[in-house]
Amino acid sequence: MTETAELPAWVAALTALLLLLGAVVTLVGAVGLLRLRSFYERVHAPTLGTTLGTAAIALASMICFSALEGRPVLHALLIVVFITITTPVSLMILVRAASLRDKAEGKLQAPGADSPA
Amino acid sequence: MTRLLPYSLMCAGLFGLWLLLNQSLAPGHILLGGLIAMAGGWALTRVELPAAHVRRLTAILHLSGLVVADIVRSNIAVLRIILGVAGHQRRSGFVDIPLELRNPYGLAALACIITSTPGTLWVDFDAARGVLTIHVLDLIDDEEWRCTVKGRYEKLLLEIFA
Repeated sequence: MTETAELPAWVAALTALLLLLGAVVTLVGAVGLLRLRSFYERVHAPTLGTTLGTAAIALASMICFSALEGRPVLHALLIVVFITITTPVSLMILVRAASLRDKAEGKLQAPGADSPA
Repeated sequence: MTRLLPYSLMCAGLFGLWLLLNQSLAPGHILLGGLIAMAGGWALTRVELPAAHVRRLTAILHLSGLVVADIVRSNIAVLRIILGVAGHQRRSGFVDIPLELRNPYGLAALACIITSTPGTLWVDFDAARGVLTIHVLDLIDDEEWRCTVKGRYEKLLLEIFA
């Protein structure tokens, strides 16, 4: 842990704050996955972790390593970009599979029909 | 230019990706990244993707700003719902939104925006009717969501992918 000693206090504090924020947001998202009622509600919850959670943790990483190495270290940005691009794909597949099954079972007339699920 | 460097946007993206991954602006990496970007562009011509034309940099910046603000705001809203401090009876449901946007890249961007804002979920897009179905976690007013998606995002996306 010799490296952390070289980190200025305000950088360490900012990094810790962002890491905690990201972790808490992701945790609440995971709790939501357990607590919300229907399938369509539950799939909303993990997106907390894939947006603000990931962004805060990646930002913490960028700030910490940029300060340690004395130059901009920005490749964590790519994590945010790729998660943003790929999340819709898996979410859409999950939701469409669910709505297809619900329609087949007659629980749902059609997504968008004015009855709330 | 288009023949030498097809899919120039994608090539620029690949080039940027290479430099970021290697964290270097050394001439060697610039050369290698350029070669990889060109190879990637040529490989894409084999897939025959529709060409993307992006314009209006100001609209892109405006949209990015809006989306970042909306992501933070809706994160907080969903956080409150999950923790049970939202303080009102909540109803979730589907909303149908007729869209004018037909550009596949524009629709893909809209899908990223809608899934990236917690609380809204892209369910289905009926290409024949041009109707998008989204699921909203905290649905208060259907019309309000139609206005948000159409007025806030679609208008700018139509400008960008005109």
